[in-house]
Amino acid sequence: MPGLVHVTTTINGNQTDFLCEPRQSLLECLRDVVGMTGSKEGCNDGNCGACTVNLDGRIVTSCLVLGVEAQGAEVNTIEGVASADGLHPIQQAFLENAALQCGICTPGFIVAAKALLEAEPDADEARIRHWLAGNLCRCTGYDKIVRAVIDAGERMRA
Amino acid sequence: MTTPNQVLSEVEYDVIGKRPVRPDGVDKVTGRAQYGVDLELTGLLHARVLRSPHAHARIKAIDTSKAEALAGVRAIVTAADLPFAALSREDLGNDYNRFKFLSDNFLASDKALYRGHAIAAVAADNAHIAESALALIDVDYEVLEPVVDVRAAMQDGSPLLHDDLIHTSAMGEISDKPSNVASYMKFEKGETAAGFANSDVIVEREFTTASVHQGYIEPHNATAHWRADGQINVWCSTQGAFVVRANTADVLRVDVSDVRVTPMEIGGGFGGKVSFYLEPVAALLSRKAGAPVKVLMSRTEVFEGSGPAPGSWMRVKMGANSAGKITAAEIELAFEAGAYPGSPVMQGATCAFACYELENGTVSGYDVLVNKPKTAAYRAPGSPQAAFGVEQVVDELCQKLGVDPVEFRLNNAVTEGSRKVEGPVFQKIGLVECLEAARNHEHYRTPLEGPNRGRGIASGFWMNRGFHSSVNMTVNPDGTVNLIEGSVDIGGSRASIAQQAAETLGISYEDIKPQVVDTDSIGYTMVTGGSRTTFATGWAAILAAEDVKGQMVERAASIWDVPSEDVEYDSGVVRHKSQELSFTFKELARQLYTTGGGITGTASLDPTGEGNSFGVHLVDVEVDPETGKTEILRYTAIQDAGKAVHPSYVEGQIQGGAVQGIGWALNEEYYFSDNGQMMNSSFLDYRMPTSLDLPMIDTVIVEVANPGHPYGVRGVGEVPIVPPLAAVANAVGHATDQRLTNLPITPGSVLEARL
Repeated sequence: MPGLVHVTTTINGNQTDFLCEPRQSLLECLRDVVGMTGSKEGCNDGNCGACTVNLDGRIVTSCLVLGVEAQGAEVNTIEGVASADGLHPIQQAFLENAALQCGICTPGFIVAAKALLEAEPDADEARIRHWLAGNLCRCTGYDKIVRAVIDAGERMRA
Repeated sequence: MTTPNQVLSEVEYDVIGKRPVRPDGVDKVTGRAQYGVDLELTGLLHARVLRSPHAHARIKAIDTSKAEALAGVRAIVTAADLPFAALSREDLGNDYNRFKFLSDNFLASDKALYRGHAIAAVAADNAHIAESALALIDVDYEVLEPVVDVRAAMQDGSPLLHDDLIHTSAMGEISDKPSNVASYMKFEKGETAAGFANSDVIVEREFTTASVHQGYIEPHNATAHWRADGQINVWCSTQGAFVVRANTADVLRVDVSDVRVTPMEIGGGFGGKVSFYLEPVAALLSRKAGAPVKVLMSRTEVFEGSGPAPGSWMRVKMGANSAGKITAAEIELAFEAGAYPGSPVMQGATCAFACYELENGTVSGYDVLVNKPKTAAYRAPGSPQAAFGVEQVVDELCQKLGVDPVEFRLNNAVTEGSRKVEGPVFQKIGLVECLEAARNHEHYRTPLEGPNRGRGIASGFWMNRGFHSSVNMTVNPDGTVNLIEGSVDIGGSRASIAQQAAETLGISYEDIKPQVVDTDSIGYTMVTGGSRTTFATGWAAILAAEDVKGQMVERAASIWDVPSEDVEYDSGVVRHKSQELSFTFKELARQLYTTGGGITGTASLDPTGEGNSFGVHLVDVEVDPETGKTEILRYTAIQDAGKAVHPSYVEGQIQGGAVQGIGWALNEEYYFSDNGQMMNSSFLDYRMPTSLDLPMIDTVIVEVANPGHPYGVRGVGEVPIVPPLAAVANAVGHATDQRLTNLPITPGSVLEARL
């Protein structure tokens, strides 16, 4: 049994300390150690995007990042997207555009779309489709997700 | 290019047909929704499953002693822990197939029948320890030759999966000789040979389709706690909690009331989570360890140990006369059942010609065992494969006759009163309306120009299902209503059921509070599947609401001290028919507790009248002549929904089904090595469509009200996956002047066809 490592990181703006094994992924640490289960595991090999989080300003599949790599980093997850004031415009747009069916891929899409729209709020359909190509959805055929992200961009520009 | 989604409405309602936000939406966009793996329990152990590395092998011995000695391992189970594993055909008689096969698919006893077949399971303090322990289990296999192709499995001399029980020859005759053909069925109508003799053109072709996976993003998972008092609590990702309850009780030989199943939020299913794999294993581990146990599959295990939809072979022959009428049609299908009998070949055969008025027809099908996982349902099971063949042959008939493919389909379309080959007569249906919508659509009226481009069209059919559903409805003192249901919400059904309840009660959608509950807390409810949930559970909600209305009328009459016959319920108001007395729903609700107690409406039903669904899809493609890669340029899907309760979620079903069909047509397949190893068991290599591969999917919802439902609802979830395989193949065919008869239509297969 390998020893545990003490990691100090910032999750959704809050300093967080946790202990993990060196072999544990960031996804596992978030879900099983810190208890934040909003990031989802669909494949555990970086191909589905359901575990997407923002790490120091870049979106990553947290199943391919080790927990110990979060040391000193800024991690932003689905749990930090809404605020006490209410839902983020992307979340509202997903609801109103019926952009989710089963919902398992939704956290990953929202975290990924947020990173895009914060940098490029006027991203067009082609750009959105390219950006979200790392997130798999099996329910919607992507149509309503892409429309929701276009809609969210309009809300964020307003 | 896209056009706005259209709804061609027959009837307008107050709540039905609107697009409210779903009740579970906020939890799902904030990451708070509780899926199975999100469950945490005190003292929870974590389990992993050891799976066969061989596609076909006899299990001679299993030694778990080294794994048991590993620190942190709490329990190990094998088939020896399952009560049916040791029982013989003599012990079980006619129940052998039912119980032994069920049991063996949870944990293999004598033989491993596919790579990925569960052999043993380990519960430990954490999943890493459980995984380490799997590597310490010694299994002594006698490796056998596998067969993974449906035609090879039907040949004399093929390796046999079950050498002691199958007695159907490849020609469909019962014989004493064992074979892999588990069953054979055949239906005939009219005089097929005479019909062909009267035709002016005949097209006959063979087709194959590969095994494909449902591809839900959430892997299978289950948590079980076998308590000291014998009660087994199960939490899992399932389309049908009552199916899990019944089969778990069966396979563990306990009473059904000893098992309580709580369906957690479900991360996709598409039919594949009607089947289940982990729950009894978790229960056995829990009993041994004396603690709750959670077990989940990796993505590779999902591919190798669950699903898939069957690979198929088929031969289709159709004849038509110069007036453009079909004179005869014939289809022969062979579907892969996987390791145990039960492919949807019957559904494939009976859907095959359902779009066509047929005087003379023959359909037949073989259910064939191969060394693959036992096939699971996948959205309109069997119908997409059949349509892939039939709709291409129809397209070729149109080419030979020089007629428009929509006009030909209209000219031969089934209508109310048409009789299918296997017997049933259609009630009111909307195929003609769908075809007319296609003909009138801007997509179809705009010519497709440019080299290497082609347009394809195809129709599809699914019968839909009724089945049991239950709803309880309790009126709260603030005038809201708790709606308790047993149908897992896989794509917005809380909303579509709440809308029907609100419409019936004449109150607002926001005042209905739906909840999906466990098997102890609601009456019997069948699976979320078969396109039945909005139809049947919606109907249960309507009846429960009618029950509430009746009780509200009685209560008002009692308060006013008048006969209840003098009181009526109208649009959310209880009023006296002749006097100036009335309560709004909210006013009366506030008084219930002080005027005789609360009101709960309840309904359980098993409705027929589910109506049938038809869809027509149009697709434009461009094929790169250098690489053979197909790009989808434009896609329009048209479907009769009867009445679209929540049009956005109907569109979502249509769009999702169409894209799964595009994946089935162009990319997706289980790729097997000669020794039966799946070579592409990851999302990298089993390539499902991404957002980058697709345009918007335009939809047209046609509403031909189903006379078999109070609001005219037809199921919508399944039929949208039926047309795309053939629509895409027809389009690629026109772009390349080749018939692509084998799925998937990969770039390589397009280039090969051109050589």
